[in-house]
Amino acid sequence: MDRLTRRSLLAGGAAAALPPAQAIAAPDFAQVIPGRRLVFPRDHGAHPDFRTEWWYVTGWLDGPTGPLGFQVTFFRTRTGLGEGNPSRFAPRQVLFAHAALSDPRVGRLLHGQRIARQGFGLAEASERDMDIVLDDWRLVRERSGAMRALAGGEGFQLDLVLTPTQPILLQGEGGFSRKGPRPEQSSWYYTLPHLQVSGRLEREGRWRPVRGQAWLDREWSSTLLDPVAVGWDWTGINLDDGGALTAFRVRDARGRAVWTGGSLRSADGRLWTAPNGAVAFEGGRTWRSPRTGAVYPVAPTVRLRTPAGERRWALTPLFDDQELDSRPSGGPVYWEGAVRVPGGRGYLELTGYAAPLRL
Amino acid sequence: MPPDAALPRTLLSWMVRGEWRAHPVRTFVAVLAIAVGVALGFAVHLVNRSALAEFDTAVRSVTGAADLRVEAVSVSGFDETLYPRLARLPALSAVSPVVEVTAQTRDGRSLTVLGLDPLRAARVTPALAVGAGSGFGAGRETGREDAVWLSPAVMGGAGEVLEVREGGRRVDLPVAGGLPSVEAGQRLAVGDIAAVQQAFGRIGRLNRLDLLVAAGVSRSEAERAIAAILPADARLSTPEAESRRGGDLSRAYRVNLGMLAMVALLTGGFLVFSAQSLSIARRRPAFALLQVLGLPRRGLFLQVLAEGAVLGVIGAVLGLAGGAALAGAVLSLLGGDLGGGFFSGSRPALDISPGWTLIHGTLGLAVALAGSLLPALDAARTPPAQALKSAGESGDPGRRPPLAPALGLGAAGLAAAFAPPIAGLPLMGYASIALILAAGVAAMPWLARRMISPLTRIAAPVPVRLAAARLAGAPDQAAVALCGLVASASLMAAMGLMVASFRGSVDDWLGAILPADVYMRVANAEMAGLDPTLQAALAAVPRVDGIESRRTLTLSLSAERPPVALLAISPAAGGAPDLPWRAPPRAVDEGEVPAWISEPLSRLYRLSPGDTLDLPLAGRTVKVRVAGVWRDYGRQFGAVALRRSDYLRITGDAGANEAGFTLAAGADPTDVLQRIRQALPPDLAAQTEVAPSAEIRRVALRIFDRSFAVTYALEAVAILVGVAGVAATVSAQTLARRREFGMLRHVGAGRGQILAMLALEGALLGAVGAVAGLALGAAMGQVLIQVVNPQSFNWTMDTRWPLGLLGGLALALTLASSLTALLAGRSALSADAVRAVREDW
Repeated sequence: MDRLTRRSLLAGGAAAALPPAQAIAAPDFAQVIPGRRLVFPRDHGAHPDFRTEWWYVTGWLDGPTGPLGFQVTFFRTRTGLGEGNPSRFAPRQVLFAHAALSDPRVGRLLHGQRIARQGFGLAEASERDMDIVLDDWRLVRERSGAMRALAGGEGFQLDLVLTPTQPILLQGEGGFSRKGPRPEQSSWYYTLPHLQVSGRLEREGRWRPVRGQAWLDREWSSTLLDPVAVGWDWTGINLDDGGALTAFRVRDARGRAVWTGGSLRSADGRLWTAPNGAVAFEGGRTWRSPRTGAVYPVAPTVRLRTPAGERRWALTPLFDDQELDSRPSGGPVYWEGAVRVPGGRGYLELTGYAAPLRL
Repeated sequence: MPPDAALPRTLLSWMVRGEWRAHPVRTFVAVLAIAVGVALGFAVHLVNRSALAEFDTAVRSVTGAADLRVEAVSVSGFDETLYPRLARLPALSAVSPVVEVTAQTRDGRSLTVLGLDPLRAARVTPALAVGAGSGFGAGRETGREDAVWLSPAVMGGAGEVLEVREGGRRVDLPVAGGLPSVEAGQRLAVGDIAAVQQAFGRIGRLNRLDLLVAAGVSRSEAERAIAAILPADARLSTPEAESRRGGDLSRAYRVNLGMLAMVALLTGGFLVFSAQSLSIARRRPAFALLQVLGLPRRGLFLQVLAEGAVLGVIGAVLGLAGGAALAGAVLSLLGGDLGGGFFSGSRPALDISPGWTLIHGTLGLAVALAGSLLPALDAARTPPAQALKSAGESGDPGRRPPLAPALGLGAAGLAAAFAPPIAGLPLMGYASIALILAAGVAAMPWLARRMISPLTRIAAPVPVRLAAARLAGAPDQAAVALCGLVASASLMAAMGLMVASFRGSVDDWLGAILPADVYMRVANAEMAGLDPTLQAALAAVPRVDGIESRRTLTLSLSAERPPVALLAISPAAGGAPDLPWRAPPRAVDEGEVPAWISEPLSRLYRLSPGDTLDLPLAGRTVKVRVAGVWRDYGRQFGAVALRRSDYLRITGDAGANEAGFTLAAGADPTDVLQRIRQALPPDLAAQTEVAPSAEIRRVALRIFDRSFAVTYALEAVAILVGVAGVAATVSAQTLARRREFGMLRHVGAGRGQILAMLALEGALLGAVGAVAGLALGAAMGQVLIQVVNPQSFNWTMDTRWPLGLLGGLALALTLASSLTALLAGRSALSADAVRAVREDW
């Protein structure tokens, strides 16, 4: 799915290292055209012909002192630069990654990041299977199908094994996911919900084993959002009964939905994909950031109009201050945090509340 | 109240002021000499300090926060795969790869083009990543990914295109913006690493890796880890070593200028000595009166010393101000290396530190005090009764001046000349020069008497005998008058001897290294340049009989020293090349690669024929055998020559960046030169110089003369100061001798005869001074040639005697001295004889 954070990190962000596409002689970005069947493990790997791509892991860990939220996200972007340059430094592809830990006892996000141009084995994203290296960070799918994630940040290191317990969930029409009113505003999008997490977490120099549950979003695309969009709300929830809820809404400047989407898959594998207009994010409590002054609806109620009737989930954040300010590295300010629903846990992303996202 | 408190303070200050008012020229000359010495020393210090500070900032702005750096040993760099290998070392937390190209802008000035990965540089060299950080960006401002950011010293704004040349190619760099945080003096362009690699033909190569050591890892640990995987064509360096190398670049140069300042200051000291001695001689009765009135000897001693201190302070303050002004002017006109070319293109700001200012000022004061010490002791020692009787003279004409102190000083000077350098500097050589000078001055009374006594015994006209008797009888007075002159004359002679020897040796050397008729050099083309096709085309130019193409490049043999030059040359007939040999070339064993090293390299790296030398070439270490040592004045940090065939076999580089052409008999060089130029592609021609060897030689000697013109100017100042010292001394003595002249008039001597006597006295003084000065100068010059030059520049030279210069100097000094004595005498003789005798009460 084409979340704005991810997109804006790519466009405005990436340590401000990436020029807008139009400034450069436009390269031939591959387009998302429906009809193709996703093939695995190939499609776990990178699609360098497309402009942007990500591997987005969010989840909950059961620490010895209570639950923690975490995100480990790797991005790949094709810059459009150096296409004709034989140098191995040619900045055709740039990889960057963010890691964050949500600990209620800390009361704010701990985070870290990596960024490098692809090459020399220091920053690589395989085109055969999920295998991403970014300096000392890693996201690799092992032969068993389990994925290993290595990342870290201020005072923490994650070394996690993510084992799928359910089949791949193809979003949209077999993975073809619309993001706006125009057909080209779309992406390839699949999800691995209910990943069983094991591994270890280092806090302040001490490693401890952890367990938990996570969610992987995979998405690649070449097309920008609709021009009227200013922000984005997204949530992905692992329901305790084995179900998986996905919901997103693209907002315009007045807070109205430009496009919505999502899906609901029950434990028995029955999948319902929400058409545009079938998803709503409603009100709820807000939290005002003391740092940026942005006001986020951190506890919205997500409403799905399914053929079987309307379903509602009231989201409650693990704690309020899960705002991530990536402006020092050229990224946006957004809220990305662990949330609960009655009968489920997952992540909520709120973008475009501090300032309209520049794209 | 003790008498040496209240009474003398007013009285003595009044006396001093009266004295200075009565003899402003002498006082002024002494102050001026101190001021010149201090100014020179301070200016040299300031210029160099500012240049080094600039160099340091330059190093820092380029290396940023890097703890360590890996550098290529030559322009061609090292293989880029070293980058990931280092980046994976756990001991390092960040590695920033850099491509560095030295190119030429349209105005012919050099420009350093750095290719960086801004994402990697952001942590290590943020000052350079800033510009690049707002885009690999390039694209953002210009729409072009090969755009560069320019330091303020390089003209060009965003949107413009900077045209540069390197290795025979022209590269147009679109300008994306400025690098405001780079020092003003730096000429730098920063672009994306991939674009720079592509534009300058450096695909696959890197020149530098800037490194950050991981937290918790010691630097030596990191250094060991790096050293284990470093290829032969890369070298580990620290920012400190880099800084040190910067200091090394100009050290010998600056020490030698500093030494010139030191000599000026010493001359000043002798002039203070001479002025003080005379002033005391003149005021002897007054001092005696004071002593009789109760002023203790100590008080008198302190009085004279205080006078010297006042002279010293005034001289020092003037000198400091002058030095700062001089340094400011030099920095803005010539740059930090006084035009020496060590720090290219930088125009550093003046950097004055209070501590060093104080040190230089104190030096001036100390010299003035030292110059006053002997006269002060003398004034305190003279018994009042004798002093009251004689206004000017205290010496006993019969006393034989001692020679032992001079011999002792001379022996010490000789011993110092054989001492090794200290911290790589010829400090003992300078000490030797100072000691020889002191010995010479100490020997002056003895010498004056020995030289002049024979004249008193020959039958000669009265004025001659009178003059000779006077000088022989008062050799101390003669010595006082002479010491400033001897000091400056010997300095001039020594420098003249050294420069003449140097120039002669350079001239011979130029003849030996430029055997061909026409030479060609491609600037900034240590890679690429003339390819074999082009070399063949050049050989085929009509009226060209032969061509010898060479590859010359810089090669770093040690992280601690500036890089040396590597010359790949083609010896005639495959034997040893034709070089100005110091040690005759010898054959090497079959299968060995012969290397002929320059004298500086031989001395810096302690290598002699027969030794082996490791050269980092083509990514590996090549052992070569030193087969000969040749004289080289062109590359102070050393040069090594290889056979071009060996170089080609080792590196596979068949290119060249220099060529010498032998022309057919009777060919018109201008015409052939034109043809050679036409044979070059236009972009290459733009960075190529072609010139007949005669012209190169002429230009080289002109540059040589120009760089020593400063020296000559300084010497001229020293000589003028010395002659002014003689004038002041003679006039003072003449005034003091008014009674003598009156007596001579009474016994029938004509005014003309007395004037002739004075002129002769002056001439004799000048001649003695010149002879002594030349003799001392010869000795000091030998120390400069045999000790100071080899120790500071690591080259030797053959002694040439500039007889014309030395003879002219002797003649000029004699005449000038005679003339000043005459002029001084005229004023003394204007007083009438009767009154003069009556003064003798």
